Amino acid sequence: MKFDYNEEQRLLSDSVRRFVAQDYGFEARRAIVASKEGMSATVWSTLAELGLLGLPFSSDDGGFGGGAVDLMGVMEAMGEGLVVEPYLSTLMASRCVAAAGTDEQKQRILPGVIDGSIRMAFAQGEKDARFDLDHVQARATRAKEGFALEGEKLAVVHAPVADFLVVSARSGGKGISLFLVDAKSAGITLRSYRTLDEMPAADISFRNVPCTLVGTEGEALPIIEAVVDFATALVCAEAVGALKYANDATLEYLKTRKQFGVPIGAFQALQHRMVDMVISYEQAKSMASLACAKIDSAKDAAERKRVVSAAKIRIADACRHVSQESVQLHGGMGMSEELKVSHTFRRLTAIAQQFGDADHHLERLARG
Amino acid sequence: MDLNYSPEEQAFREEVRGWLRENLPADLREKVSTHAHLAKDDLQRWHRILAARGWVAPSWPKEWGGTGWDPVQRYIFEEESGYAGAPPLLPFGLSMCGPVLLKFGTDEQKRRFLPRIYGGDDFWCQGYSEPGSGSDLASLKTRATREGGHYVVNGQKTWTTLAHYGDWIFCLVRTDAAAKKQEGISFLLIDMKTPGITVRPLILMDGGHEVNEVFFDDVKVPVENRVADEGMGWTVAKYLLGHERMNTARIGTSRRELENLKEFAATQRKNGRALLEDTRFRDKISRLEVELMALEITNLRFLDQLRGGRPPGAEVSMLKITGTEIQQRLTELMMEAAGPTSDIALAQRYCNYRKTSIYAGSNEIQRNIIAKMSLGL
Repeated sequence: MKFDYNEEQRLLSDSVRRFVAQDYGFEARRAIVASKEGMSATVWSTLAELGLLGLPFSSDDGGFGGGAVDLMGVMEAMGEGLVVEPYLSTLMASRCVAAAGTDEQKQRILPGVIDGSIRMAFAQGEKDARFDLDHVQARATRAKEGFALEGEKLAVVHAPVADFLVVSARSGGKGISLFLVDAKSAGITLRSYRTLDEMPAADISFRNVPCTLVGTEGEALPIIEAVVDFATALVCAEAVGALKYANDATLEYLKTRKQFGVPIGAFQALQHRMVDMVISYEQAKSMASLACAKIDSAKDAAERKRVVSAAKIRIADACRHVSQESVQLHGGMGMSEELKVSHTFRRLTAIAQQFGDADHHLERLARG
Repeated sequence: MDLNYSPEEQAFREEVRGWLRENLPADLREKVSTHAHLAKDDLQRWHRILAARGWVAPSWPKEWGGTGWDPVQRYIFEEESGYAGAPPLLPFGLSMCGPVLLKFGTDEQKRRFLPRIYGGDDFWCQGYSEPGSGSDLASLKTRATREGGHYVVNGQKTWTTLAHYGDWIFCLVRTDAAAKKQEGISFLLIDMKTPGITVRPLILMDGGHEVNEVFFDDVKVPVENRVADEGMGWTVAKYLLGHERMNTARIGTSRRELENLKEFAATQRKNGRALLEDTRFRDKISRLEVELMALEITNLRFLDQLRGGRPPGAEVSMLKITGTEIQQRLTELMMEAAGPTSDIALAQRYCNYRKTSIYAGSNEIQRNIIAKMSLGL
């Protein structure tokens, strides 16, 4: 039983934290969000140089063999900085390739991901699917070479900045499969927009788009579930960083904002609310740690799902509680677009929903 | 980071679990799991079984019978005991008076009282709250006037848990009415058989008799029963309150109660199926289960810091708030699960557990402590 990060994990998260402090301040981030692409290629190269993109891949695939626990501190730092670059999206899509792809697919994708020259997005969501991973109606049919993809995917985060997509679709009456798609292929139409939390995203339509099968036809659901659980645990860790920022900023405001001649933090009504935010944070942090630990060590998928769902429920509740209170305790300033706390509010609100809201995970926990 | 118990910790857990299986009397386990009344004999019997094994006061120094366990081992022991349905070890002697004597007592006081606390020979209770002094404890009025080799104590304590079982009571008393309110207080050990002490039951809303009023009418207390210097009582009191909050999370007990709740909800029916399958009810249980999982990890995180040499601070208050909220919610859902046929015992338990967010420093006082100590507000 040990809760501290080891030396390597600490060095890694410190390096991300330093990078965020120096080069990803609130103004720098604003400029990135306001840019046409909605992300920074320079930042992306830096993430690759820091070794973050190779971290979760095995040494056979050219990576460092890190697990979810190794990524926790990194995700916390990104959460504090509200990093908008397609880190998690790229990891999800490339992890599918690493888990099930052919040697040729791995060769085509993984070295580029690791060195920062390839960005990816994971195209899973569809109309009426909400958070169900097995609700897939996109179809792939066998073509002369590989497959041809038909269908619509909704709210694909980072699709507008991705070089490759991994897409779930049904084929040959065999259930759900995964397909690797070059994002520049003919037949792909993107309707691009920004999400509530300022990420580039798109609804995508695929018309006869050439693609290659990743893994065994019809047997992708367990891989999708594992990848989404991995990402859910990591987004829980990211939430911990964003929650920390919201709490730190709010506490600072309580100590500096004066009304009636005293800092507003002198009022017990506000003190107790601040304390409850801190309790939410600590409980959320515990569950994020547990989820990441179980991603790396669960004895089977059932245990992994149970813990990840439990974590996401607590994280979603904490995101809602802390984001709402951080704005309330900042008063009118909390509403302002000019303060980072309002952007943190947006990210926390999005995380509460991402990969399943509390209701979805309550249902999955009850089924499990 | 490694959230799995080490092989040594796992072996220790097995040892504790195996020992509890062999040595926890079935009738006591039954009483605890059905929430039956525990008589003085029941409490003392379990105390003495643990004392004979050498496990009754793990955190004491080894020379006085401590086990030398680290914080995680102590947690494992408490969790297993709670989960197994062992009667609670009352804190008044073992976790309050004992540590106070170890820290502030004279050698003579230690020799006189500690072995009897350890062995369960004396039943201790706590004379802190007064009718006018709850959260504002330092405003207490019970006064002790020095007359030669004695103090003469007059006044009233209230909410005194199990004073009707008590052989001894430790009391905060005012020895200097002129001093600032925290500075005129002293800490006395008082034999409950001393003439002038009257114990009157306070019956709680569940009909149970746990707490009492204790009246002191010209009660003579030898000066050698004062712990620490005269006027140092508030320092002693604060030290003691830090200990009082150490084990309020009660995770093992809550885990057992959660299992009971699930089993019980599986036997109740709604719309032709088990209540446990009812989405609305199931979600309430799930949220509670998640909160308990989180608390377990939070507790272990704090213990890990403690093991690393960081002194306990406001974290303990956080465990008290969340632990008691979970305990209360468990009793509430148990009563809800019983529905209109509600077993009166379950409803009474729900009533009784409202106390947990009030006692040992109300949860609002705990929030004040966190705001001040940990947030600097």
